[in-house]
Amino acid sequence: MNVAVAIDDEVPHEAAPSTSEAGPAPKRIVVGFGFWVFLLSDIVMFASLFAAYAVLAQATAGGPSGLQLFNQVSVAIETACLLASSYTCGLMSLAISVRRYATVYLGALITFVLGAAFLALEVREFAGMIAIGAGPQRSAFLSAFFTLVGCHGLHVTAGLAWLVVMMAQVAIKGFQAAVERRLLCFSLFWHALDIVWVWLFTVVYLMGVVS
Amino acid sequence: MTLLGKLDWSAIPFDQPIIMGASGGMVLVIVSVLSWVTLKGYVPYLWREWLTSVDHKRIGIMYIILALIMLLRGFADAIMMRAQQAVAAGGAQGYLPPEHFDQIFSAHGTIMIFFMAMPFVIGMMNFVVPLQLGVRDMAFPTLNSVALGLTASGILLTNISLAVGEYAKTGWVAYPPLSELQFSPGVGVDYYLWALQISGVGTLMTGINFVATILKTRAPGMSYMRMPVFCWTALASNLLIVAAFPVLTATFTMLLLDRYLGFHFFTIEGQGNAMMYVNLFWVWGHPEVYILVLPAFGIFSEVVATFSGKPLFGYRSMVAATMVICVLSFIVWLHHFFTMGASANVNGFFGVMTMIIAVPTGVKIFNWLFTMYGGRIRFNVPILWSIGFMVTFVIGGMTGVLMAVPPADFQLHNSLFLVAHFHNVIIGGVVFGLLAGYNYWFPKAFGFRLDERWGAASFWCWFIGFYLAFMPLYVLGLMGMTRRMQHYDVASWQPWLLVAAVGVVVILAGVVCQVIQLVVSIRDREQLRATADPWDGRTLEWATASPPPAWNFAVLPQVTDVDAFWKMKQRERKQQVQPMKEHKFEPIELPKSSATGFVTAFFAVVSGFALIWHIWWMAGVGLIGVFLTVLAFAFRSEEEVKVPADQIARFEQANQAEIAA
Repeated sequence: MNVAVAIDDEVPHEAAPSTSEAGPAPKRIVVGFGFWVFLLSDIVMFASLFAAYAVLAQATAGGPSGLQLFNQVSVAIETACLLASSYTCGLMSLAISVRRYATVYLGALITFVLGAAFLALEVREFAGMIAIGAGPQRSAFLSAFFTLVGCHGLHVTAGLAWLVVMMAQVAIKGFQAAVERRLLCFSLFWHALDIVWVWLFTVVYLMGVVS
Repeated sequence: MTLLGKLDWSAIPFDQPIIMGASGGMVLVIVSVLSWVTLKGYVPYLWREWLTSVDHKRIGIMYIILALIMLLRGFADAIMMRAQQAVAAGGAQGYLPPEHFDQIFSAHGTIMIFFMAMPFVIGMMNFVVPLQLGVRDMAFPTLNSVALGLTASGILLTNISLAVGEYAKTGWVAYPPLSELQFSPGVGVDYYLWALQISGVGTLMTGINFVATILKTRAPGMSYMRMPVFCWTALASNLLIVAAFPVLTATFTMLLLDRYLGFHFFTIEGQGNAMMYVNLFWVWGHPEVYILVLPAFGIFSEVVATFSGKPLFGYRSMVAATMVICVLSFIVWLHHFFTMGASANVNGFFGVMTMIIAVPTGVKIFNWLFTMYGGRIRFNVPILWSIGFMVTFVIGGMTGVLMAVPPADFQLHNSLFLVAHFHNVIIGGVVFGLLAGYNYWFPKAFGFRLDERWGAASFWCWFIGFYLAFMPLYVLGLMGMTRRMQHYDVASWQPWLLVAAVGVVVILAGVVCQVIQLVVSIRDREQLRATADPWDGRTLEWATASPPPAWNFAVLPQVTDVDAFWKMKQRERKQQVQPMKEHKFEPIELPKSSATGFVTAFFAVVSGFALIWHIWWMAGVGLIGVFLTVLAFAFRSEEEVKVPADQIARFEQANQAEIAA
């Protein structure tokens, strides 16, 4: 029964209905909002890994502790790379809004290089630890460390792959609405990884060396 | 045999007649259904209209079909357990050897929670929520189809374990260190973990999709306090999914790392901490209970209001109670293991919180009772389930509060009293609710009602069978019988277990009645033909045709009140409006069908199976397959198809003519 059709004409339309009564939101808003919800869920997953790390941080089973293993210089460079890549990612977003292809590609390239440098340093840190017998199988502490930091690393890897795909989309499809929405989601994702890293840097590397 | 990892012919238990019979039967049914579909030439239709559909209504129906099949599978396990315990007294060993019995109780719990209750709830929300919101689809239709595919993948993997290899013997919670490689070296726990990881990702996608849909796409005029209560409960449930399922994913990942790469999260060596698993598991597990039961509460709210012919009593308090439960569900998890040995203050805190969470639930019960008070109640099948629920759930809730007292819990922990309690709330709450919803919305989905007599018979069998099957378990729990016993020596337990077995037979009669109800209703569908609004409904799903067209609403309804459709009907009656005026319809854009969900599911099964059996190359193939599928989706050129205005106009005219006739 299509009552809706009949009613539609009779209800006086108010000048400006409140946001919650405005009807379905435009697609850009819906996609952005949905991606925010995904990021929240991702952060909950990281929170579980953080909790596990906090529980197991002292469980070294006679093996090396964070104080003996962490190299502050390397971690500082990693942090600088990731924070800088967030900045260049922001520049890329600005270039997207004014439709400058060359600047977008340049921003993406620098972001990619910085992200890759971060990953390379992390892999080197992991390899060094495994080489001296401090791999994830050594103790519960190291299991939690490798999982937490490695999970962030996997996210960065996925982000890099995503960035490559997005640049291919920009090249092939141009700045279509769908491509632009995905780029918006990518930049949200990339900044979220930065936030997780700030926590990680504090909880794992700084607090690990203090205690 | 390295090409196939750990897989070889010894994985198939040829020497076990029960397992071979069951899996043979399962394979036979699948093969005969597939060949019937192929021979009849239905494959292109199924592919075009169902498997690649991104329509929320079709996806919802497919979820519910999966859930009903898994209900039969999980129920078969239940019958086997009850039969075993009915006979395995004194020196008798029954007919199930311990390692098989262990697999059955693990599979029963896992299937009933993850593959029966979850798909049923999600299917119900999928079908109903966009219609109640007065919109045309979910926020992310293709993601919805992928989520369905991943759920189906988990179900398929779990069922493959029946024939190939074994299932977990750890119980549905898979606590370490028992579930670690040291004590469970077989593939059973791996089947459990990978099936739940894959379907868990699907559930998370569903959660995100619903939160975005409910918060961002509602018909014009539908402010939050005008949303139907079912939408509110769906929102709460999906917020819980978004906040709780990632914890489960992380926890299972840790256990997988322990098992596959020798990590030490929960092991005895390396200073692992097994109790951390238990904590993390229930940080997901307790909200999960409310993920399941809140939508059931929503269904009862709709059913009670509709069949009492009154607006829901205390709409605002209902919404508040729902959201309070949503938040509190995260701070009660420790009551699942008071015996862990936390300090008295910690146990005291969680005990008190558990008692407090009963308060908003009590508010809801009173709201339903006051809605019925003074109403002109029509005793159709959905209201029977609702009244049965109110009686049963109150009993289950009270035994729950009883166990929230830590000293009492120390006695009752892991006993059949606990088993009775959670079946009391899950069957009495969730299953009764889902079956009420199934009877209530069936005419909307298919255009004809379900047979009332068989429906009532089914209800009474379930209701009486439930009490016969589970009240004895309370007694047994108080007598000291622990859960998961393959055999026992105490002769005085046996009479109670025999009563419970009779109860299961009565429930079986209820299930049979349900199957008959469906068959009879399909046969008599012409007599049972339903209009758009067969129950004199109050919410927007009844404003459109039964079954609704692909676009749900030709024009998005304008909402002015809670019970939006009820108000429209009232206004129409008062103003004597001719419902069908000449109206210019606009063309509608609908999301394009996509094989993404199906193909992703295929590759997910491939990788899952490969990871379980350590076939690394095949796991790589599966993962690359998933990646390429998503890539292909990202590069497709058309996202929408346009339904022309005259097609909509023709449908609306035909629909009006049918109503007038």
